[in-house]
Amino acid sequence: MLRILYFAWLRDRLGRSGETLPLPQGAHNVQDLIAVLRARGGEYAAIFARPELIRVAVNQSFATIAAPIAAHDEIAFFPPVTGG
Amino acid sequence: MPRVTIRVQAEVFDSAHETALLLRGHEDVGGVATFTGIVRGGGGLVALELEHYPGMTESMMRRIAESACVRFGLVGCTVIHRVGRLAVGMPIVLVLCASAHRGAAQEGTAFMMDWLKTSAPFWKREEFASGHSAWVEPRAQDEAAKARWGSLTA
Repeated sequence: MLRILYFAWLRDRLGRSGETLPLPQGAHNVQDLIAVLRARGGEYAAIFARPELIRVAVNQSFATIAAPIAAHDEIAFFPPVTGG
Repeated sequence: MPRVTIRVQAEVFDSAHETALLLRGHEDVGGVATFTGIVRGGGGLVALELEHYPGMTESMMRRIAESACVRFGLVGCTVIHRVGRLAVGMPIVLVLCASAHRGAAQEGTAFMMDWLKTSAPFWKREEFASGHSAWVEPRAQDEAAKARWGSLTA
């Protein structure tokens, strides 16, 4: 199972902090996963409508949407960070 | 090996206590630079709510701190970042850098803050007196400040 996490306004919009999902058939990278999530419509389509506003981490390391994904990976979606 | 301490916590930190821990047993230290970030008020702001990504946040903080130790030849450093609800005027982040000479310690704190602000997964939500709240947008000048250092491991 993929472990998907959402932070900050993404979590607020979706009303959940994460979910588990079997690796979708034909999904080889983050971009493929985003396409699957967007296809749900509603808030999922809305939050991924502007990918430039979203950052991604695969297994707790910053990644690009071209990064490969595999079953059991942890994929996190979040806005640009604002700590400090 | 430099002494590196990383913590994410809700509780307030004690800068003097953390400095003593950093210095313990290190007679080669000539200076400690301290940066304490404070929740700045204005515009009706009441508090910040700080969120983080447990696990990834700590590992990024450690990478940043270890990189600073190598780059500036620090004897050690401490980074403590608070999470949860922090009212205006409260301390939010502490960076301590210990080195033989002050220049390295001062540059080390600037380097670590520039990287923390742009690369450690923390997010701030502003809470206003009106009851309105909003997620903080990243600032271009923070990204520019980080860029002057080149890559993290350079």
